[in-house]
Amino acid sequence: MDRKQLQHQLAYMRKSLFDQGYLDDQFNQLEDLQDEANPNFVEEVVTLFYSDSARFIQNIEQAMIKKPNIDFGKLDDYMHQFKGSSSSFGAKKVKKECSQFRECCSAGNIEGCIKTFQQLKQEHATLRRKLETYFQLVKQAGIAGRT
Amino acid sequence: MMENGFSSPRNDSFPAGLRVLVVDDDPTWLKILEKMLKKCSYEVTTCGLARDALNLLRERKGGYDIVISDVYMPDMDGFKLLEHVGLEMDLPVIMMSVDGETSRVMKGVQHGACDYLLKPIRMKELRNIWQHVFRKKIHEVRDIEILEGIESFQMTRNGSDQYEDGHFLCGEDLTSIKKRKDMESKHDEKDIGDNTSTKKARVVWSVELHQKFVKAVNQIGFDTTSLSCFYRAMTSNVCLAEVGPKKILDLMNVPRLTRENVASHLQKYRLYLSRLQKGNDFNNPVGMIKQSDSPLSDSVGSFGSHNSINLQPTDVSNGCYGFSGSSLVLHNVDPRSHDGDRKILVTTPVAEPKRGLTVDAPNPRKPRISQMEFGRPLAPPRSEVNFSTFDSSLPTKYPWCGIPEIRLKQEHNPLHFNDGFSHLPMPGQKQLTRADYPQPAPAIISPPSLTERETGCPVKIKPSRNDYGSNASHVSSTASAVDPIPLQTKTNSTNHQVSSTSSMENQGLNMNCLTDVESSRKNINLGMPPLATLDEGLQVCFVPGDYYMNLGLQNIEVPEYFDPSLLTDVPIHLNDGLRFDYEFYDPTEYSLIDQSLFI
Repeated sequence: MDRKQLQHQLAYMRKSLFDQGYLDDQFNQLEDLQDEANPNFVEEVVTLFYSDSARFIQNIEQAMIKKPNIDFGKLDDYMHQFKGSSSSFGAKKVKKECSQFRECCSAGNIEGCIKTFQQLKQEHATLRRKLETYFQLVKQAGIAGRT
Repeated sequence: MMENGFSSPRNDSFPAGLRVLVVDDDPTWLKILEKMLKKCSYEVTTCGLARDALNLLRERKGGYDIVISDVYMPDMDGFKLLEHVGLEMDLPVIMMSVDGETSRVMKGVQHGACDYLLKPIRMKELRNIWQHVFRKKIHEVRDIEILEGIESFQMTRNGSDQYEDGHFLCGEDLTSIKKRKDMESKHDEKDIGDNTSTKKARVVWSVELHQKFVKAVNQIGFDTTSLSCFYRAMTSNVCLAEVGPKKILDLMNVPRLTRENVASHLQKYRLYLSRLQKGNDFNNPVGMIKQSDSPLSDSVGSFGSHNSINLQPTDVSNGCYGFSGSSLVLHNVDPRSHDGDRKILVTTPVAEPKRGLTVDAPNPRKPRISQMEFGRPLAPPRSEVNFSTFDSSLPTKYPWCGIPEIRLKQEHNPLHFNDGFSHLPMPGQKQLTRADYPQPAPAIISPPSLTERETGCPVKIKPSRNDYGSNASHVSSTASAVDPIPLQTKTNSTNHQVSSTSSMENQGLNMNCLTDVESSRKNINLGMPPLATLDEGLQVCFVPGDYYMNLGLQNIEVPEYFDPSLLTDVPIHLNDGLRFDYEFYDPTEYSLIDQSLFI
């Protein structure tokens, strides 16, 4: 595929990520930060997030299986952090699931929490795949950032 | 981390170069914020833990202009951190969180946050954070002016009794001063725990109230003494550094007055006193010599040990100069090792531009060691002993404070800066790396050599403080070129030569090694540069001690404000023993090194 085509593809993919609500404007903000000093800044951030969030997910899972007394306060704290982290690069859907989870927590809704958490993990994984593809395309197209 | 991206001297005006400390347990956000802030041309330090942040802030008093912190952190609540910072360092703090609930924001404001940002944070929100620094500075200036008004009123009433008291105090106990210092540090720690109040009510400091305040301060000052107080005392009639807000509050016994009120007032008072001093000492060139232990990056402790003020008998005569009314007379103070004093402070070249200029050389021979700054870029040997700034535990003002005033001063009285730098040949150097002593500072000064100089030429070797933002590497390279030894032994301007191998910076170094007053004069010149460039807000470091650190001047170019000819003889002899309590400052000097640690 020639460069132009790649670029088109990249632009398209990017647009769809936004349109489908996977990413929000914060992603743009990060792309704006990219420069010669950090040409792959966004990718680095995303990578950092994913390595860090594995920890969150683990903590939350552990806290959730601690029956009979699930510490909702703690869960809420974890989720608060997770939410903050995912908002850093505009992971919109993931963030939404976090908010939802927190609502279930405050309501003491264990079932809701479990369900939401599953969804959250799914969104988390989906976004990761998509972004991986995206970044690959970015590299291929020879541009770092927006077209 | 700090040096990143600031390799060139910053000539931009404020707010570029604003020193920001970011605290957030989320590494993703830390990375993003760091990048954003750098894009705003700020100097960024990041911290993943609140404790680390507090340590950093304490170690480098005056090393930061503003703190941005997340609310939620695992090791310490963000609000608690906010309180500590506000009280101890009196820096503006911005809170951030993904949670924007009104109650949380309210809590932030109550705890003293000057702003509350919601995540995700955009760069444009960060661009304007400098306003908080600026605002604070202005308020401080205003408060100081109010203070001055009160003070002058009182003086006319009392015939400046208060200040005279200071004299007596100074004259006396060195040992007590030392004790004071110890007590102070203990006190401060205690204070940290004490403060739980979230409000910082704005109190109107009436004359009576202020009188009570001063009385309490003096009382405390008399009670405890410590060596370090000496330095500080130079700037005021009492060792304010040693005095803690809590003690003052207790003594004042005013209902509804809070510790925070006292703390902020105390800061202003110190600033005010230092300004007073400057005015008095204006004509006394003081050689600021920074002496430090040879190993640059010595632990703080080591500096402390050398902190003694070595006043030579000759110095005594010079004794309390300048402090009008207040000022501890440093009489041969030297409770600590003399040798230690002679050490030359070799600070690692710090690329940070700031620091600086605290040029206060109020007393010609003041054994003030206030100038720690050498490490700073261009930090001219500050004669001014703003010991108060050294005070690590007390909230320090940041550099901006008083800038407007100082600026004026500079313009009118370049001498201020130059105290002690009389006639420093100001090479047009922009970078005054004062002592370009590269990290291998040890090489530079060895105590023995110092002793040679018994003349008391305080050797100031400021390791390459690369002036304003120059690279550390730059400094180090020059430093290596310099042969430290000669510096020391040369009492006179010959030292200049030593560094001549390297760029001007070295020159600065040599300059610093003033052994004689005259030579010192020339040497001191380095100090000038920093002053010169005083950028608007940045400069002001005439403020005692701490201030210069904050000078943050980005580019302090010497030439402008500093007129070497203005410098009169500066007996640089700060002599020998004048070593400041580097402990507090030193860390900053080594900012390069240290910073990386913090990051």
